[in-house]
Amino acid sequence: MAIKKFAVAAYDDEDVLFPAVSKVRRSGYKMHDVYTPFPVHGLDVAMGLKETDLHIAGFIYGLCGTSTAVGFISWIYTIDWKINYGGKPHFSLPAWIPITFELTVLFAAVGMVLTFCYLNQIMPGVKKHVFHPRQSDDLFILTLELNNHTSEADAIAFLKSTGAKETSIQMAEESWWYGRWDKKEEYEALNA
Amino acid sequence: MHIKYESFVREPLVDGDKDYHQVSEDIIRPIEGKPGRMWYVGFFFALALLAYGVFSVSWAVYWGLGTWGVNRTIGWGWDITNFVWWVGIGHAGTLISAILLLFRQGWRTGVNRAAEAMTIFAVMCAGQFPIWHMGRVWDAFFVLPLPNSRGPLWPNFDSPLLWDVFAISTYFTVSLLFWYSGLIPDFALVRDRAKTNFRKMMYGFASFGWTGTAKNWQRQEALALVLAGLSTPLVLSVHTIVSFDFATSVIPGWHTTIFPPYFVAGAVFSGFAMVNTLLVITRKILHLEEYITIGHLEAMNKVIVLTGSIVGIAYLTELFIAWYSQSWGEMAAFQWRILGPYWWSYWAMMTCNVVSPQLFWVKKLRRNIPFTFIMSIVVNIGMWFERFVIIVTSTYRDWIPGSWAYYSPTWPEVGFYLGTFGLFFTCYFLFAKYFPVIAVAEIKFVLKTSGDNYKRGMAKYEEQSSESFIEMVTSHHDEEHHEPAHH
Repeated sequence: MAIKKFAVAAYDDEDVLFPAVSKVRRSGYKMHDVYTPFPVHGLDVAMGLKETDLHIAGFIYGLCGTSTAVGFISWIYTIDWKINYGGKPHFSLPAWIPITFELTVLFAAVGMVLTFCYLNQIMPGVKKHVFHPRQSDDLFILTLELNNHTSEADAIAFLKSTGAKETSIQMAEESWWYGRWDKKEEYEALNA
Repeated sequence: MHIKYESFVREPLVDGDKDYHQVSEDIIRPIEGKPGRMWYVGFFFALALLAYGVFSVSWAVYWGLGTWGVNRTIGWGWDITNFVWWVGIGHAGTLISAILLLFRQGWRTGVNRAAEAMTIFAVMCAGQFPIWHMGRVWDAFFVLPLPNSRGPLWPNFDSPLLWDVFAISTYFTVSLLFWYSGLIPDFALVRDRAKTNFRKMMYGFASFGWTGTAKNWQRQEALALVLAGLSTPLVLSVHTIVSFDFATSVIPGWHTTIFPPYFVAGAVFSGFAMVNTLLVITRKILHLEEYITIGHLEAMNKVIVLTGSIVGIAYLTELFIAWYSQSWGEMAAFQWRILGPYWWSYWAMMTCNVVSPQLFWVKKLRRNIPFTFIMSIVVNIGMWFERFVIIVTSTYRDWIPGSWAYYSPTWPEVGFYLGTFGLFFTCYFLFAKYFPVIAVAEIKFVLKTSGDNYKRGMAKYEEQSSESFIEMVTSHHDEEHHEPAHH
């Protein structure tokens, strides 16, 4: 748990958000993150985020699936328990293609989804601070991380100057926590 | 100016005056309200069917498969017919969610969520049939390659029936993951809108704590694209492998190389019909006509006429090859199919699958909702008969005339089939009530390009000459690119 102070700006249009993001990057403020209700193309580039390597992970998981299938079946049929099925050779690779393919896909998909959840730090029961109840609806939320030396008023004035419709200062857990919803009052009291 | 621009030639994907908030309202509202009376009636009817299915299956398990009409000549009857039928229905969902994503078809956004749900439920129904057909269902785990006390004796990895086990279970798992990874952001929307603690808790749990940061979305899109890339060959492989169950045998009528593409086309054909059946009703009851427009239904009807024609050509090719092979077994099998005691099933298949979809060449009929609905039922009846024809009319007259037989189902088989309808619709009704039936985030993503009101706002650019349009767009771009240079 690391409770930090954030200056929060809500924008209602992508066309305002993009210039705001580049202004923040030039301003010297520490941008915490941008929350959007749907994927906004180009936002990752505008924020200077790197391209994700998730698909490379998927490729590696797929290779694991391929080798598991080929290795396992060939071990069974050529070493562990040789059975003569209608005179077919013990090592009959073409007949294993379907299962090999299926396991490749299965490993890649399951592995990627688990990696996706791990990287995003999401899991059933995980809770994260929601800066604005409409961040999943129709507002684009830009957050600045403040420290004790930053003037709240300056940060808010700066965000307003970038075209924010709403601004606020919030104390929030920057990462995630695992807890019950009936304990949320204690957490919300931080901002009271 | 907003660069998002799409030609007027394309129909809007979202009708009416919508903004982002209105999209959330329209799609999430049914989850937050009480279901209507129709929902309860339908849900409890589905539950009753499911209960009857459970009873029928229990009966067959308790007394044994002798309670079914299958016999030594016709070992596969309604059960495998229904298995192939349900799996086939599932394929449209994956086609819409995966293949149309790769082809960048914007219209899939309106229908993909419901279609994928249909896939998952249909595969669940399909899986029941081979499992309960095993008879001694407590030994069903024998199909899994688990270490065991029988040697260990492993399953036969060279057998299409085992390939099927892997194909169907992989298909189910991957479809579920694909579907759910798209649902997470929409569950977060329901959570953030929730007024009651219980709903906040449930959808908070289901949304995995999603907040939608730029990085989250970047990964989500990468994941969706790769899963689509994986699902595309997967869906083709699944029905190919199902067709191998037949095609790798040496039974006249089954032993043909045309089966894989023919089965895949048939699967997509019946699946799109089922999507139409469900969506025509869903859009009406949940008032989603502006999101699942007539244009969407027309697009699906176009797929139906395409795949229906492929299936028709496959039927004719089969007949031609039977004659061209000059193999008496093949020729006899097809002659009996058309004129034998099961002639009615062959002609039901031909009429429903080959003749009737051709009506969709007429644009008026493609855009006619009652007609679309009737056709969607007709197609699924036809596709059911196709599987029945393939399975029963290839086996009922085998190599020894003394063992020729006739098959009709008994009540537990019919009850089992009805029960899977119960399972399917129970799941679908729960889905329609508790899940966002349209991918909200995806609709918002295309809204400013393809929404009706936004497209109307583009009229002034439509009148511009292309030179001045390009100049305006590029000058805007330059401005954006030079901006970081100031610091």
